[in-house]
Amino acid sequence: MNHSPRDRSLRSRPRGGPETTWFSSPSDAAARLAAAGYLADSATATTAYLAGALEKPLLVEGPAGVGKTELAKAVSRATGADLVRLQCYEGLDEARALYEWNYKKQLLRIQASQGDDQTWSETHDDIFTDEFLLTRPLLSAIRRDEPTVLLIDEVDKTDVEVEGLLLEVLSDFQVTIPELGTVVAVRRPFVVLTSNATRELSEAVKRRCLYLHLDYPDAEREREIVTSQVPGLEDRVAGQLVAAVTRLRELELKKAPSIAESVDWARTLIALEIGDLDDKVIADTLGVVLKHSSDHDRAIRELRLRK
Amino acid sequence: MTNSGLLDRHIAFLEALRGAGLSVSLAEDLDAIAALSALDWGQRVTVHDAYAATLVKKQSQRPTFDALFDIYFPRLVGTGAHGLQDDEAGEGDSGVRDNAQALAGFRNELLEALATGDQQTLARLAIEMVGRFGAMPGRGPGLSSWSAYTALQRVAPSELVDRIIQALLAEGGADDAARRTAGRRLGGFTTMVEDEARRRIAEEKGPDHVANVAIRPTIDRLDFTAARRADLEEMRREIYPLARRLATRLTKEHHARRRGPLDFRRTVRASISTGGVPLVTHHRPKRPHRTELVVLCDVSGSVANFAQFTLLLVFALRDQFQKVRAFTFIDHVHEVTHHFKPGADVADVMTDLAASTAHAALWGRTNYGRAFTKFQENHPDALGPKSSLLILGDARSNYSDLGLESLKEMTAAAKHSWWLNPEHTRHWDTGDSAATPYGQVVPMVECRNLGQLSEFVHDIL
Repeated sequence: MNHSPRDRSLRSRPRGGPETTWFSSPSDAAARLAAAGYLADSATATTAYLAGALEKPLLVEGPAGVGKTELAKAVSRATGADLVRLQCYEGLDEARALYEWNYKKQLLRIQASQGDDQTWSETHDDIFTDEFLLTRPLLSAIRRDEPTVLLIDEVDKTDVEVEGLLLEVLSDFQVTIPELGTVVAVRRPFVVLTSNATRELSEAVKRRCLYLHLDYPDAEREREIVTSQVPGLEDRVAGQLVAAVTRLRELELKKAPSIAESVDWARTLIALEIGDLDDKVIADTLGVVLKHSSDHDRAIRELRLRK
Repeated sequence: MTNSGLLDRHIAFLEALRGAGLSVSLAEDLDAIAALSALDWGQRVTVHDAYAATLVKKQSQRPTFDALFDIYFPRLVGTGAHGLQDDEAGEGDSGVRDNAQALAGFRNELLEALATGDQQTLARLAIEMVGRFGAMPGRGPGLSSWSAYTALQRVAPSELVDRIIQALLAEGGADDAARRTAGRRLGGFTTMVEDEARRRIAEEKGPDHVANVAIRPTIDRLDFTAARRADLEEMRREIYPLARRLATRLTKEHHARRRGPLDFRRTVRASISTGGVPLVTHHRPKRPHRTELVVLCDVSGSVANFAQFTLLLVFALRDQFQKVRAFTFIDHVHEVTHHFKPGADVADVMTDLAASTAHAALWGRTNYGRAFTKFQENHPDALGPKSSLLILGDARSNYSDLGLESLKEMTAAAKHSWWLNPEHTRHWDTGDSAATPYGQVVPMVECRNLGQLSEFVHDIL
């Protein structure tokens, strides 16, 4: 027990290739993410630093529109790494996530070699080579030499089988292709998985990841985010807007307004050249933040927007 | 790390987490250690974040984790650095620290802090409040000597609400905004006081003791019947996400079983792109089977919460069923289906349901027998060979006629029937509970919390 942490920290240094350090400390992570336009709180910064230092995938959960995907993009901007993205959806399979053999090209190759006196085993060896391999995001992320951020977006949308597929990639950063052998990561990517928690991910996936729950920020942070995203927004209006959004989130709504929606709202106000967010303006532009008619009615009633 | 006692504390903390129902594996344990080695331990919040990132993988378990972390890694020891410094001069006997004058002074200080919303002062006051007014000396060994309840009763911060609002209004601001702010700050302060009392008790008796007795279960494992007002609101907020998760899971499972007969035309068409070799077969989709659901629920005081949650969940999942009809009863049956309009507002539905409870009662004493008979008389068309019957209630019929005959007729008419009982199995058949006689007619299932409820709903679909 007492020697294992040391072992781990030794093992966690990348083998071969140049030394990669993603962030040097939590405060460094916060500062560089902020420079990349992402205002991280202390938990986010610490977890992002740990994900880099321990080289473990980072699972980010939270309601829609709180900046889960943006975190991965910000990490790639802050560290100058390239972003490889795998968008998950229902029905995503191995062929779309990992790799696929180019059947058509293989068929052509077989047909082309029929006239020659090549033996079957030669043809067989020939058609299962790199030339006929179509790499998909997971495999390309692992084979890259440059620093890479791998974003696996909306993992909860996939089927349970795909999670099994991810396990090898997430724990050992390798992919086994039966015809070619095992491809091991040259340089471990910074992996970010996002999920809306529409279903519980399996214990096996969660165990391999660090976990971060992103929630709606407090009023002050949200104000900073809105003003940094929407230049030209007056401080006073930003304050009013954040207060209104905070109030809306306290109501029992089907879909509470997200940060992305408050930013949209701020942009709307700029576009309409509105310098003061009073009750009438809120009532008129409420459609930007609330997307259900029952939510709309409730907000108008609770905030007494139309007397 | 081995000699400092830190490892023991770490292991004890993990044990407590496991005891509270978090599944912390050995791999996660090692990750936590690795994470701590990669960080400085100077900041308590950093250690907290590192533990949270490596050990807690479900947001619903987060409150439990936070409470346990506060117990095992307390913010301060004893009264802390600036605990009771202003009493230093008059120290001697404890009577001086706690008297009417001190109380009045403290309340003024608290009022000021709550009005300005200064978190640091509030934290200091919470520590002082438990130390001064929450101490219960001389109650003998084995009894806790700090009580948040006593402290809150003595100081009674809730009586300050009006004065806080006044102070906020004086600074300018709308009336209801001030009221909300005051409520929120008071709530926050009460939580601080409770945490502080728990910390003091943990310091005296060891964290393991407190971890065993003072940690509430997570929201999906909390009994409907034991829920407090705030818990009920939190549960209500959980209903829609829960329904969405269930619906996604069901759709996925249906799709997994979807492969119907071979679609010959699509398969051949697809094979053209691979030189006539049919590499992939295509199938016709299978039509999902949808049930009609009839829900009959007891809405008398003792089980009303449970009935409301189940109804909300069932209606949130309405597109998974062909048709849903809901009836409430106490000693008379009343149909409530029309309250659940598609896209209706949850809070409104709850208000309507509460208002319509009056229609379900004639005398107001639960009578299952009468309710079943009336149901058979008034709604004979509700149950058919395609419908499933779901009865919700604790089977406590005030020793009246059980109406087993009517119930047998109802179950015979329906395709399936279930009875959900919100009581723990060990309470069945105690007092006036008729769980066994009813259970012989309709299979009875224990359903005490949101977790069990969602599992049940998933299984019947």
